[in-house]
Amino acid sequence: MPGPGESAPIRYYLFKIVFAGIVILSCTWILLPIIISILYAFSTPQDFYNPKEVIPLHFTLSNIQKLLALGAARATMNSIIVAIMTVIFSFILGLPAGYAFARFAFKGKDSLKLLIIGLRMFPMLVIAIPLVTLYIRLGLNDTLLGVALAHTTMALPFVILITSSIFVSVPVELEEAGYVFGLDRKQTFFRITLPLSLPGLTAAAIFTFIMSWNEVFMAAVLTLTNRTLPAFILTSAMAAPDIIKFAASFIMILPALIFVFIARKYLVSMWGITVK
Amino acid sequence: MSNNTRKYSLVEKYLPYILIAPALSYLLFFIGYPLTQGVLLAFTDQNGHFTLQHVYYLLYSPSSNFWPALEDTLALAAVIIPIQVMLALGFSLMLSANFKGKDMALYILIIPLTISDVAGGLIWYSMLASNGFFNKLFMTLGIINQPIQFFGWQFRPMEFIAIVLAEVWRATALVFVIIFAGLQMISKEYIEAAEVFGAGTWTKLRHIIFPMLKPSVQTALLIRTLFAFQVFGVVMVLAGRDIPVLAGEAYYEQTILYHYGVAALYALIIAAISIVIGYIYIKMFKAQYLREVSM
Repeated sequence: MPGPGESAPIRYYLFKIVFAGIVILSCTWILLPIIISILYAFSTPQDFYNPKEVIPLHFTLSNIQKLLALGAARATMNSIIVAIMTVIFSFILGLPAGYAFARFAFKGKDSLKLLIIGLRMFPMLVIAIPLVTLYIRLGLNDTLLGVALAHTTMALPFVILITSSIFVSVPVELEEAGYVFGLDRKQTFFRITLPLSLPGLTAAAIFTFIMSWNEVFMAAVLTLTNRTLPAFILTSAMAAPDIIKFAASFIMILPALIFVFIARKYLVSMWGITVK
Repeated sequence: MSNNTRKYSLVEKYLPYILIAPALSYLLFFIGYPLTQGVLLAFTDQNGHFTLQHVYYLLYSPSSNFWPALEDTLALAAVIIPIQVMLALGFSLMLSANFKGKDMALYILIIPLTISDVAGGLIWYSMLASNGFFNKLFMTLGIINQPIQFFGWQFRPMEFIAIVLAEVWRATALVFVIIFAGLQMISKEYIEAAEVFGAGTWTKLRHIIFPMLKPSVQTALLIRTLFAFQVFGVVMVLAGRDIPVLAGEAYYEQTILYHYGVAALYALIIAAISIVIGYIYIKMFKAQYLREVSM
Protein backbone atom coordinates (compact mmCIF):
# COMPACT_ATOMS: atom_id res chain seq x y z
CA MET A 1 0.00 0.00 0.00
CA PRO A 2 1.27 3.48 -0.79
CA GLY A 3 2.36 5.53 2.20
CA PRO A 4 0.82 8.90 2.91
CA GLY A 5 2.12 10.81 -0.08
CA GLU A 6 2.53 14.46 0.84
CA SER A 7 2.26 15.53 -2.76
CA ALA A 8 -1.10 13.88 -3.31
CA PRO A 9 -3.05 13.65 -0.05
CA ILE A 10 -6.39 13.72 -1.81
CA ARG A 11 -5.47 10.77 -3.97
CA TYR A 12 -4.29 8.94 -0.88
CA TYR A 13 -7.53 9.48 1.00
CA LEU A 14 -9.58 8.60 -2.06
CA PHE A 15 -7.64 5.35 -2.32
CA LYS A 16 -8.27 4.66 1.36
CA ILE A 17 -12.01 5.23 0.98
CA VAL A 18 -12.27 3.00 -2.10
CA PHE A 19 -10.23 0.31 -0.36
CA ALA A 20 -12.42 0.43 2.75
CA GLY A 21 -15.46 0.22 0.49
CA ILE A 22 -14.14 -2.93 -1.17
CA VAL A 23 -13.41 -4.54 2.22
CA ILE A 24 -16.89 -3.72 3.51
CA LEU A 25 -18.48 -4.95 0.29
CA SER A 26 -16.57 -8.26 0.48
CA CYS A 27 -17.60 -8.86 4.09
CA THR A 28 -21.22 -7.91 3.31
CA TRP A 29 -21.24 -10.39 0.42
CA ILE A 30 -20.44 -13.19 2.90
CA LEU A 31 -22.41 -12.01 5.93
CA LEU A 32 -25.64 -10.67 4.40
CA PRO A 33 -27.01 -14.03 3.12
CA ILE A 34 -26.24 -15.68 6.48
CA ILE A 35 -27.96 -12.91 8.45
CA ILE A 36 -30.97 -12.82 6.13
CA SER A 37 -31.46 -16.59 6.22
CA ILE A 38 -31.26 -16.58 10.04
CA LEU A 39 -33.75 -13.69 10.30
CA TYR A 40 -36.15 -15.49 7.95
CA ALA A 41 -35.77 -18.72 9.95
CA PHE A 42 -37.24 -16.88 12.96
CA SER A 43 -39.65 -14.66 11.05
CA THR A 44 -43.42 -14.98 11.53
CA PRO A 45 -45.22 -16.23 8.39
CA GLN A 46 -47.10 -12.90 8.21
CA ASP A 47 -43.82 -10.98 7.98
CA PHE A 48 -42.21 -13.40 5.54
CA TYR A 49 -45.16 -13.44 3.12
CA ASN A 50 -45.65 -9.68 3.33
CA PRO A 51 -43.83 -8.29 0.26
CA LYS A 52 -43.27 -4.96 2.05
CA GLU A 53 -41.36 -6.46 4.99
CA VAL A 54 -37.86 -6.81 3.53
CA ILE A 55 -36.40 -7.28 7.01
CA PRO A 56 -38.84 -9.16 9.27
CA LEU A 57 -39.73 -7.36 12.50
CA HIS A 58 -41.71 -10.05 14.32
CA PHE A 59 -40.00 -13.22 15.41
CA THR A 60 -41.14 -16.63 16.51
CA LEU A 61 -39.74 -20.03 17.40
CA SER A 62 -42.61 -21.83 15.70
CA ASN A 63 -40.68 -22.47 12.43
CA ILE A 64 -37.95 -24.31 14.32
CA GLN A 65 -40.55 -26.15 16.42
CA LYS A 66 -42.51 -27.24 13.35
CA LEU A 67 -39.33 -28.43 11.65
CA LEU A 68 -38.27 -30.41 14.73
CA ALA A 69 -41.75 -31.97 14.93
CA LEU A 70 -41.49 -32.99 11.26
CA GLY A 71 -38.59 -35.28 12.16
CA ALA A 72 -35.64 -32.90 12.28
CA ALA A 73 -35.20 -33.43 16.01
CA ARG A 74 -34.40 -37.09 15.45
CA ALA A 75 -32.34 -36.33 12.35
CA THR A 76 -30.29 -33.78 14.31
CA MET A 77 -29.69 -36.35 17.04
CA ASN A 78 -28.66 -38.89 14.37
CA SER A 79 -26.26 -36.39 12.83
CA ILE A 80 -24.65 -35.72 16.20
CA ILE A 81 -24.26 -39.46 16.91
CA VAL A 82 -22.78 -40.15 13.45
CA ALA A 83 -20.40 -37.20 13.73
CA ILE A 84 -19.17 -38.24 17.19
CA MET A 85 -18.62 -41.83 16.01
CA THR A 86 -16.75 -40.52 12.97
CA VAL A 87 -14.47 -38.38 15.16
CA ILE A 88 -13.73 -41.32 17.48
CA PHE A 89 -13.08 -43.87 14.68
CA SER A 90 -10.99 -41.55 12.53
CA PHE A 91 -8.87 -40.39 15.48
CA ILE A 92 -8.27 -43.92 16.82
CA LEU A 93 -7.11 -44.96 13.33
CA GLY A 94 -5.56 -41.69 12.17
CA LEU A 95 -3.69 -40.36 15.19
CA PRO A 96 -1.06 -43.19 15.32
CA ALA A 97 -0.48 -42.84 11.57
CA GLY A 98 -0.13 -39.07 11.90
CA TYR A 99 2.41 -39.55 14.68
CA ALA A 100 4.36 -42.05 12.57
CA PHE A 101 4.58 -39.58 9.68
CA ALA A 102 5.62 -36.79 12.04
CA ARG A 103 8.29 -38.51 14.12
CA PHE A 104 9.81 -41.39 12.15
CA ALA A 105 12.07 -41.67 9.15
CA PHE A 106 11.29 -44.90 7.35
CA LYS A 107 11.46 -46.52 3.96
CA GLY A 108 8.54 -45.62 1.73
CA LYS A 109 7.45 -42.67 3.86
CA ASP A 110 7.17 -40.23 0.95
CA SER A 111 5.22 -42.65 -1.22
CA LEU A 112 2.86 -43.50 1.65
CA LYS A 113 2.29 -39.82 2.38
CA LEU A 114 1.61 -39.14 -1.30
CA LEU A 115 -0.86 -42.03 -1.26
CA ILE A 116 -2.69 -40.46 1.69
CA ILE A 117 -2.73 -37.07 -0.07
CA GLY A 118 -4.09 -38.81 -3.17
CA LEU A 119 -6.80 -40.55 -1.12
CA ARG A 120 -7.68 -37.20 0.46
CA MET A 121 -8.68 -36.07 -3.03
CA PHE A 122 -10.56 -39.23 -3.93
CA PRO A 123 -14.28 -38.51 -4.39
CA MET A 124 -15.42 -40.54 -1.38
CA LEU A 125 -19.10 -40.11 -2.20
CA VAL A 126 -18.75 -42.75 -4.94
CA ILE A 127 -18.09 -45.52 -2.39
CA ALA A 128 -21.59 -45.09 -0.94
CA ILE A 129 -23.39 -46.69 -3.89
CA PRO A 130 -21.53 -50.03 -3.96
CA LEU A 131 -21.36 -50.04 -0.13
CA VAL A 132 -25.14 -50.50 -0.01
CA THR A 133 -24.88 -54.13 -1.18
CA LEU A 134 -22.19 -54.89 1.40
CA TYR A 135 -24.17 -53.14 4.13
CA ILE A 136 -27.33 -55.10 3.33
CA ARG A 137 -25.35 -58.31 3.73
CA LEU A 138 -23.79 -57.14 7.02
CA GLY A 139 -27.01 -55.64 8.40
CA LEU A 140 -25.45 -52.18 8.35
CA ASN A 141 -27.80 -50.66 5.80
CA ASP A 142 -29.87 -47.78 7.19
CA THR A 143 -27.83 -47.74 10.40
CA LEU A 144 -25.95 -44.83 11.94
CA LEU A 145 -22.88 -47.04 12.38
CA GLY A 146 -22.87 -47.68 8.62
CA VAL A 147 -22.91 -43.97 7.83
CA ALA A 148 -20.20 -43.32 10.44
CA LEU A 149 -17.96 -45.99 8.88
CA ALA A 150 -18.36 -44.36 5.46
CA HIS A 151 -17.74 -40.90 6.94
CA THR A 152 -14.61 -42.25 8.65
CA THR A 153 -13.26 -43.20 5.21
CA MET A 154 -13.81 -39.61 4.11
CA ALA A 155 -12.30 -38.05 7.25
CA LEU A 156 -9.35 -40.41 7.79
CA PRO A 157 -6.87 -39.00 5.23
CA PHE A 158 -7.60 -35.51 6.56
CA VAL A 159 -7.05 -36.63 10.17
CA ILE A 160 -3.74 -38.35 9.30
CA LEU A 161 -2.38 -35.29 7.48
CA ILE A 162 -3.56 -32.76 10.05
CA THR A 163 -2.42 -34.69 13.14
CA SER A 164 0.92 -35.29 11.48
CA SER A 165 1.43 -31.57 10.95
CA ILE A 166 0.30 -30.84 14.52
CA PHE A 167 2.84 -33.33 15.95
CA VAL A 168 5.57 -31.90 13.71
CA SER A 169 4.98 -28.50 15.27
CA VAL A 170 5.80 -29.84 18.76
CA PRO A 171 9.52 -29.08 19.32
CA VAL A 172 11.61 -32.27 19.20
CA GLU A 173 13.85 -30.81 21.94
CA LEU A 174 11.04 -31.16 24.47
CA GLU A 175 10.64 -34.84 23.60
CA GLU A 176 14.40 -35.35 23.80
CA ALA A 177 14.36 -33.80 27.27
CA GLY A 178 11.78 -36.43 28.17
CA TYR A 179 14.07 -39.22 26.95
CA VAL A 180 17.00 -37.73 28.88
CA PHE A 181 14.94 -37.91 32.06
CA GLY A 182 14.28 -41.58 31.44
CA LEU A 183 10.87 -41.61 29.82
CA ASP A 184 10.30 -44.15 27.06
CA ARG A 185 8.56 -43.32 23.80
CA LYS A 186 5.08 -44.06 25.11
CA GLN A 187 5.51 -42.00 28.26
CA THR A 188 7.03 -39.15 26.26
CA PHE A 189 4.07 -39.19 23.90
CA PHE A 190 1.43 -39.16 26.63
CA ARG A 191 3.19 -36.75 29.00
CA ILE A 192 4.79 -34.30 26.56
CA THR A 193 3.68 -34.58 22.92
CA LEU A 194 -0.03 -35.15 23.47
CA PRO A 195 -0.67 -32.36 26.01
CA LEU A 196 1.21 -29.88 23.82
CA SER A 197 -0.80 -30.92 20.75
CA LEU A 198 -4.16 -30.82 22.49
CA PRO A 199 -5.40 -27.41 21.25
CA GLY A 200 -4.61 -28.29 17.62
CA LEU A 201 -6.08 -31.77 17.97
CA THR A 202 -9.26 -30.33 19.46
CA ALA A 203 -9.64 -27.99 16.48
CA ALA A 204 -9.03 -30.93 14.13
CA ALA A 205 -11.65 -33.00 15.98
CA ILE A 206 -14.25 -30.24 15.69
CA PHE A 207 -13.40 -29.89 12.02
CA THR A 208 -13.90 -33.65 11.53
CA PHE A 209 -17.24 -33.33 13.32
CA ILE A 210 -18.32 -30.58 10.90
CA MET A 211 -17.15 -32.64 7.91
CA SER A 212 -19.47 -35.50 8.93
CA TRP A 213 -22.25 -33.11 9.99
CA ASN A 214 -22.22 -31.51 6.52
CA GLU A 215 -21.95 -34.66 4.39
CA VAL A 216 -25.15 -35.39 2.47
CA PHE A 217 -24.60 -37.79 -0.43
CA MET A 218 -23.39 -40.86 1.44
CA ALA A 219 -25.87 -40.26 4.27
CA ALA A 220 -28.77 -39.98 1.83
CA VAL A 221 -27.76 -43.14 -0.06
CA LEU A 222 -26.98 -45.27 3.00
CA THR A 223 -30.05 -44.44 5.09
CA LEU A 224 -33.79 -44.73 4.60
CA THR A 225 -35.43 -44.16 7.98
CA ASN A 226 -32.41 -43.20 10.09
CA ARG A 227 -31.73 -39.98 8.19
CA THR A 228 -29.02 -37.58 9.26
CA LEU A 229 -29.99 -33.90 9.17
CA PRO A 230 -28.74 -33.02 5.65
CA ALA A 231 -30.23 -36.24 4.26
CA PHE A 232 -33.50 -35.44 6.03
CA ILE A 233 -33.52 -31.93 4.56
CA LEU A 234 -32.89 -33.27 1.07
CA THR A 235 -35.55 -35.96 1.20
CA SER A 236 -38.26 -34.51 3.47
CA ALA A 237 -37.82 -30.85 4.34
CA MET A 238 -37.69 -29.72 0.69
CA ALA A 239 -41.46 -30.32 0.47
CA ALA A 240 -42.11 -28.06 3.50
CA PRO A 241 -42.99 -24.34 3.30
CA ASP A 242 -40.12 -21.91 2.70
CA ILE A 243 -39.70 -20.63 6.25
CA ILE A 244 -39.41 -24.21 7.49
CA LYS A 245 -36.55 -24.67 5.01
CA PHE A 246 -34.82 -21.59 6.41
CA ALA A 247 -35.20 -23.04 9.89
CA ALA A 248 -33.48 -26.18 8.56
CA SER A 249 -30.59 -24.16 7.15
CA PHE A 250 -30.25 -22.39 10.51
CA ILE A 251 -29.83 -25.70 12.38
CA MET A 252 -27.37 -26.86 9.69
CA ILE A 253 -25.08 -23.82 9.96
CA LEU A 254 -25.25 -23.39 13.76
CA PRO A 255 -22.35 -25.74 14.67
CA ALA A 256 -20.34 -24.38 11.75
CA LEU A 257 -20.69 -20.80 12.96
CA ILE A 258 -19.77 -21.76 16.52
CA PHE A 259 -16.76 -23.64 15.21
CA VAL A 260 -15.49 -20.75 13.09
CA PHE A 261 -15.66 -18.59 16.19
CA ILE A 262 -13.80 -21.07 18.43
CA ALA A 263 -11.22 -22.35 15.98
CA ARG A 264 -10.76 -19.39 13.64
CA LYS A 265 -7.05 -19.33 14.48
CA TYR A 266 -6.60 -22.82 13.05
CA LEU A 267 -8.93 -22.67 10.10
CA VAL A 268 -6.64 -21.21 7.44
CA SER A 269 -3.63 -23.32 8.35
CA MET A 270 -5.74 -26.46 8.53
CA TRP A 271 -7.07 -26.07 5.02
CA GLY A 272 -3.69 -24.90 3.80
CA ILE A 273 -2.20 -28.18 4.98
CA THR A 274 -4.87 -30.60 3.89
CA VAL A 275 -5.23 -29.29 0.39
CA LYS A 276 -1.52 -29.12 -0.33
CA MET B 1 20.87 -56.57 27.83
CA SER B 2 22.15 -56.53 24.27
CA ASN B 3 19.27 -58.80 23.37
CA ASN B 4 16.92 -56.28 24.90
CA THR B 5 18.29 -53.31 22.96
CA ARG B 6 18.11 -55.26 19.74
CA LYS B 7 14.50 -56.09 20.42
CA TYR B 8 13.85 -52.45 21.23
CA SER B 9 15.41 -51.20 17.99
CA LEU B 10 13.57 -53.85 16.03
CA VAL B 11 10.28 -52.59 17.44
CA GLU B 12 11.39 -49.03 16.68
CA LYS B 13 12.19 -50.07 13.12
CA TYR B 14 8.75 -51.52 12.47
CA LEU B 15 6.81 -49.18 14.74
CA PRO B 16 5.93 -46.61 12.03
CA TYR B 17 4.50 -49.37 9.83
CA ILE B 18 2.55 -50.78 12.77
CA LEU B 19 1.16 -47.32 13.50
CA ILE B 20 0.16 -46.67 9.89
CA ALA B 21 -1.17 -50.16 9.07
CA PRO B 22 -4.64 -49.90 10.72
CA ALA B 23 -5.50 -46.61 9.01
CA LEU B 24 -4.16 -47.72 5.65
CA SER B 25 -5.93 -51.10 5.80
CA TYR B 26 -9.18 -49.35 6.68
CA LEU B 27 -8.84 -46.94 3.76
CA LEU B 28 -7.84 -49.62 1.28
CA PHE B 29 -10.77 -51.82 2.33
CA PHE B 30 -13.39 -49.07 2.33
CA ILE B 31 -12.22 -47.75 -1.04
CA GLY B 32 -10.98 -50.94 -2.67
CA TYR B 33 -13.98 -53.10 -1.83
CA PRO B 34 -16.63 -50.62 -3.04
CA LEU B 35 -14.69 -49.99 -6.25
CA THR B 36 -14.46 -53.73 -7.00
CA GLN B 37 -18.10 -54.18 -6.06
CA GLY B 38 -18.93 -51.15 -8.23
CA VAL B 39 -17.31 -52.74 -11.27
CA LEU B 40 -19.30 -55.95 -10.62
CA LEU B 41 -22.56 -54.03 -10.25
CA ALA B 42 -21.93 -51.97 -13.36
CA PHE B 43 -20.98 -54.84 -15.68
CA THR B 44 -23.05 -57.84 -14.55
CA ASP B 45 -26.77 -58.66 -14.58
CA GLN B 46 -28.80 -60.23 -11.74
CA ASN B 47 -27.42 -63.69 -12.60
CA GLY B 48 -23.84 -62.54 -12.40
CA HIS B 49 -23.21 -62.68 -16.15
CA PHE B 50 -21.20 -60.03 -17.93
CA THR B 51 -23.42 -57.43 -19.54
CA LEU B 52 -23.18 -54.00 -21.12
CA GLN B 53 -26.88 -53.25 -20.58
CA HIS B 54 -26.15 -50.64 -17.92
CA VAL B 55 -23.64 -48.93 -20.20
CA TYR B 56 -26.18 -48.89 -23.06
CA TYR B 57 -28.87 -47.58 -20.74
CA LEU B 58 -26.57 -44.85 -19.45
CA LEU B 59 -25.40 -43.73 -22.88
CA TYR B 60 -28.44 -44.25 -25.11
CA SER B 61 -31.66 -44.71 -23.14
CA PRO B 62 -34.07 -41.77 -23.51
CA SER B 63 -34.75 -42.00 -19.75
CA SER B 64 -31.05 -41.66 -18.95
CA ASN B 65 -29.84 -38.16 -18.19
CA PHE B 66 -26.13 -38.89 -18.60
CA TRP B 67 -25.27 -36.50 -21.43
CA PRO B 68 -27.24 -33.52 -20.04
CA ALA B 69 -25.74 -34.27 -16.61
CA LEU B 70 -22.21 -34.33 -17.98
CA GLU B 71 -22.90 -31.13 -19.92
CA ASP B 72 -24.37 -29.27 -16.94
CA THR B 73 -21.65 -30.48 -14.55
CA LEU B 74 -19.03 -29.16 -16.97
CA ALA B 75 -20.98 -25.93 -17.63
CA LEU B 76 -21.30 -25.23 -13.90
CA ALA B 77 -17.57 -25.84 -13.43
CA ALA B 78 -16.68 -23.67 -16.43
CA VAL B 79 -18.71 -20.73 -15.11
CA ILE B 80 -18.06 -21.10 -11.37
CA ILE B 81 -14.33 -21.86 -11.22
CA PRO B 82 -13.00 -18.81 -13.14
CA ILE B 83 -15.19 -16.47 -11.04
CA GLN B 84 -13.93 -18.12 -7.86
CA VAL B 85 -10.29 -17.81 -8.86
CA MET B 86 -10.65 -14.13 -9.79
CA LEU B 87 -12.56 -13.37 -6.58
CA ALA B 88 -10.10 -15.34 -4.44
CA LEU B 89 -7.16 -13.49 -6.04
CA GLY B 90 -8.88 -10.19 -5.26
CA PHE B 91 -9.57 -11.18 -1.64
CA SER B 92 -5.97 -12.38 -1.22
CA LEU B 93 -4.47 -9.14 -2.56
CA MET B 94 -6.90 -7.16 -0.43
CA LEU B 95 -5.84 -9.01 2.72
CA SER B 96 -2.13 -8.76 1.94
CA ALA B 97 -2.44 -5.03 2.71
CA ASN B 98 -2.34 -3.85 6.29
CA PHE B 99 -5.47 -2.22 7.60
CA LYS B 100 -7.58 -2.00 10.73
CA GLY B 101 -9.94 -4.93 11.08
CA LYS B 102 -7.86 -7.14 8.77
CA ASP B 103 -8.15 -10.22 11.03
CA MET B 104 -11.89 -9.70 11.31
CA ALA B 105 -12.21 -9.52 7.52
CA LEU B 106 -10.16 -12.72 7.18
CA TYR B 107 -12.41 -14.59 9.61
CA ILE B 108 -15.52 -13.40 7.84
CA LEU B 109 -14.21 -14.44 4.43
CA ILE B 110 -13.47 -17.99 5.63
CA ILE B 111 -16.83 -18.58 7.36
CA PRO B 112 -18.23 -20.41 4.28
CA LEU B 113 -15.46 -23.05 4.61
CA THR B 114 -17.55 -24.76 7.27
CA ILE B 115 -20.97 -24.30 5.65
CA SER B 116 -22.33 -27.34 3.84
CA ASP B 117 -23.52 -27.27 0.25
CA VAL B 118 -27.08 -28.06 1.38
CA ALA B 119 -27.08 -25.14 3.83
CA GLY B 120 -25.42 -22.88 1.24
CA GLY B 121 -28.19 -23.72 -1.21
CA LEU B 122 -30.89 -23.00 1.37
CA ILE B 123 -29.23 -19.71 2.35
CA TRP B 124 -29.31 -18.55 -1.27
CA TYR B 125 -32.85 -19.77 -1.59
CA SER B 126 -33.73 -17.30 1.17
CA MET B 127 -32.10 -14.54 -0.91
CA LEU B 128 -33.66 -15.42 -4.28
CA ALA B 129 -37.08 -16.98 -3.56
CA SER B 130 -40.09 -15.04 -4.81
CA ASN B 131 -40.64 -13.92 -1.19
CA GLY B 132 -36.88 -13.77 -0.67
CA PHE B 133 -34.67 -10.83 0.26
CA PHE B 134 -33.77 -9.50 -3.18
CA ASN B 135 -37.26 -9.66 -4.64
CA LYS B 136 -38.79 -7.93 -1.62
CA LEU B 137 -36.01 -5.34 -1.55
CA PHE B 138 -36.24 -4.47 -5.25
CA MET B 139 -40.04 -4.41 -5.14
CA THR B 140 -40.04 -2.12 -2.11
CA LEU B 141 -37.54 0.15 -3.85
CA GLY B 142 -39.77 0.16 -6.91
CA ILE B 143 -37.09 -1.27 -9.22
CA ILE B 144 -39.34 -4.20 -10.20
CA ASN B 145 -43.11 -4.70 -10.08
CA GLN B 146 -43.20 -8.48 -10.20
CA PRO B 147 -40.88 -10.83 -8.31
CA ILE B 148 -38.13 -12.28 -10.50
CA GLN B 149 -38.64 -16.06 -10.54
CA PHE B 150 -35.52 -18.12 -9.97
CA PHE B 151 -37.00 -21.54 -9.27
CA GLY B 152 -39.00 -24.05 -11.27
CA TRP B 153 -38.59 -26.05 -14.48
CA GLN B 154 -39.57 -23.15 -16.77
CA PHE B 155 -36.91 -20.93 -15.14
CA ARG B 156 -33.97 -23.29 -15.59
CA PRO B 157 -31.49 -20.60 -16.74
CA MET B 158 -32.30 -18.69 -13.54
CA GLU B 159 -31.81 -21.85 -11.49
CA PHE B 160 -28.40 -22.18 -13.10
CA ILE B 161 -27.59 -18.61 -12.03
CA ALA B 162 -28.81 -19.37 -8.49
CA ILE B 163 -26.49 -22.40 -8.27
CA VAL B 164 -23.59 -20.31 -9.57
CA LEU B 165 -24.26 -17.59 -6.96
CA ALA B 166 -24.54 -20.12 -4.12
CA GLU B 167 -21.38 -21.98 -5.12
CA VAL B 168 -19.35 -18.82 -5.71
CA TRP B 169 -20.52 -17.57 -2.32
CA ARG B 170 -19.79 -20.83 -0.48
CA ALA B 171 -16.78 -22.43 -2.13
CA THR B 172 -14.66 -19.38 -3.03
CA ALA B 173 -13.33 -19.53 0.54
CA LEU B 174 -11.50 -22.77 -0.29
CA VAL B 175 -9.81 -21.25 -3.35
CA PHE B 176 -9.08 -18.16 -1.27
CA VAL B 177 -7.22 -19.96 1.56
CA ILE B 178 -5.01 -21.81 -0.94
CA ILE B 179 -4.10 -18.65 -2.86
CA PHE B 180 -3.79 -16.57 0.30
CA ALA B 181 -1.38 -19.13 1.80
CA GLY B 182 0.64 -19.00 -1.43
CA LEU B 183 0.72 -15.21 -1.39
CA GLN B 184 2.06 -15.16 2.16
CA MET B 185 4.89 -17.48 1.19
CA ILE B 186 6.25 -15.00 -1.39
CA SER B 187 9.33 -13.47 0.17
CA LYS B 188 9.06 -9.75 0.91
CA GLU B 189 12.62 -9.38 -0.42
CA TYR B 190 11.55 -9.91 -4.02
CA ILE B 191 8.94 -7.21 -3.73
CA GLU B 192 11.31 -4.84 -1.97
CA ALA B 193 13.95 -5.46 -4.62
CA ALA B 194 11.42 -4.58 -7.29
CA GLU B 195 10.51 -1.41 -5.41
CA VAL B 196 14.18 -0.41 -5.27
CA PHE B 197 14.23 -0.57 -9.06
CA GLY B 198 11.15 1.61 -9.17
CA ALA B 199 8.47 -0.98 -9.98
CA GLY B 200 4.93 0.28 -9.62
CA THR B 201 1.99 -1.69 -8.24
CA TRP B 202 1.00 -3.15 -11.60
CA THR B 203 4.58 -4.12 -12.50
CA LYS B 204 4.96 -5.87 -9.13
CA LEU B 205 1.72 -7.76 -9.69
CA ARG B 206 2.46 -8.66 -13.29
CA HIS B 207 6.11 -9.68 -12.98
CA ILE B 208 6.52 -10.93 -9.40
CA ILE B 209 3.29 -11.77 -7.58
CA PHE B 210 1.34 -13.46 -10.38
CA PRO B 211 4.21 -15.68 -11.61
CA MET B 212 5.05 -16.74 -8.04
CA LEU B 213 1.41 -17.46 -7.28
CA LYS B 214 1.13 -19.81 -10.24
CA PRO B 215 1.59 -23.05 -8.23
CA SER B 216 -1.07 -22.02 -5.69
CA VAL B 217 -3.49 -21.06 -8.43
CA GLN B 218 -2.88 -24.39 -10.19
CA THR B 219 -3.49 -26.29 -6.95
CA ALA B 220 -6.68 -24.35 -6.31
CA LEU B 221 -7.85 -24.94 -9.89
CA LEU B 222 -7.29 -28.69 -9.70
CA ILE B 223 -8.93 -29.11 -6.31
CA ARG B 224 -11.91 -27.03 -7.35
CA THR B 225 -12.19 -29.10 -10.54
CA LEU B 226 -12.18 -32.29 -8.47
CA PHE B 227 -14.97 -30.96 -6.26
CA ALA B 228 -16.91 -29.73 -9.30
CA PHE B 229 -17.47 -33.34 -10.40
CA GLN B 230 -18.97 -34.12 -6.98
CA VAL B 231 -21.41 -31.20 -6.96
CA PHE B 232 -24.66 -32.48 -5.47
CA GLY B 233 -26.34 -30.91 -2.42
CA VAL B 234 -26.57 -27.35 -3.67
CA VAL B 235 -28.00 -28.46 -7.01
CA MET B 236 -30.56 -30.76 -5.38
CA VAL B 237 -31.70 -27.97 -3.06
CA LEU B 238 -31.95 -25.21 -5.67
CA ALA B 239 -32.90 -27.06 -8.85
CA GLY B 240 -33.68 -30.69 -8.07
CA ARG B 241 -33.32 -32.60 -11.34
CA ASP B 242 -34.05 -29.54 -13.51
CA ILE B 243 -30.30 -29.08 -13.77
CA PRO B 244 -28.98 -32.66 -13.87
CA VAL B 245 -25.46 -33.30 -12.56
CA LEU B 246 -23.44 -36.53 -12.42
CA ALA B 247 -23.69 -37.14 -8.65
CA GLY B 248 -27.36 -36.18 -8.68
CA GLU B 249 -28.10 -38.71 -11.43
CA ALA B 250 -26.19 -41.37 -9.50
CA TYR B 251 -28.35 -40.61 -6.47
CA TYR B 252 -31.54 -40.64 -8.54
CA GLU B 253 -30.78 -43.93 -10.32
CA GLN B 254 -29.84 -45.53 -6.99
CA THR B 255 -32.55 -44.35 -4.60
CA ILE B 256 -35.55 -43.63 -6.86
CA LEU B 257 -35.21 -46.05 -9.79
CA TYR B 258 -33.17 -48.77 -8.00
CA HIS B 259 -30.90 -49.07 -11.06
CA TYR B 260 -27.96 -50.17 -8.91
CA GLY B 261 -25.83 -51.05 -11.94
CA VAL B 262 -26.34 -47.67 -13.57
CA ALA B 263 -25.73 -45.84 -10.27
CA ALA B 264 -22.51 -47.83 -9.81
CA LEU B 265 -21.50 -46.86 -13.34
CA TYR B 266 -21.97 -43.17 -12.46
CA ALA B 267 -19.86 -43.71 -9.35
CA LEU B 268 -17.10 -45.30 -11.43
CA ILE B 269 -17.21 -42.47 -13.96
CA ILE B 270 -16.88 -39.81 -11.24
CA ALA B 271 -14.05 -41.82 -9.65
CA ALA B 272 -12.26 -42.26 -13.01
CA ILE B 273 -12.48 -38.55 -13.88
CA SER B 274 -11.16 -37.65 -10.41
CA ILE B 275 -8.31 -40.16 -10.57
CA VAL B 276 -7.18 -38.72 -13.91
CA ILE B 277 -7.29 -35.16 -12.53
CA GLY B 278 -5.57 -36.26 -9.31
CA TYR B 279 -2.89 -38.09 -11.29
CA ILE B 280 -2.11 -34.92 -13.23
CA TYR B 281 -1.93 -33.06 -9.93
CA ILE B 282 0.48 -35.53 -8.30
CA LYS B 283 2.66 -35.61 -11.46
CA MET B 284 2.83 -31.84 -11.57
CA PHE B 285 3.56 -31.30 -7.90
CA LYS B 286 5.41 -34.41 -6.74
CA ALA B 287 8.83 -32.90 -7.26
CA GLN B 288 7.87 -29.69 -5.53
CA TYR B 289 6.24 -31.55 -2.64
CA LEU B 290 9.24 -33.79 -2.04
CA ARG B 291 11.55 -30.78 -2.01
CA GLU B 292 9.43 -29.23 0.72
CA VAL B 293 9.45 -32.42 2.77
CA SER B 294 13.22 -32.78 2.64
CA MET B 295 13.69 -29.20 3.79
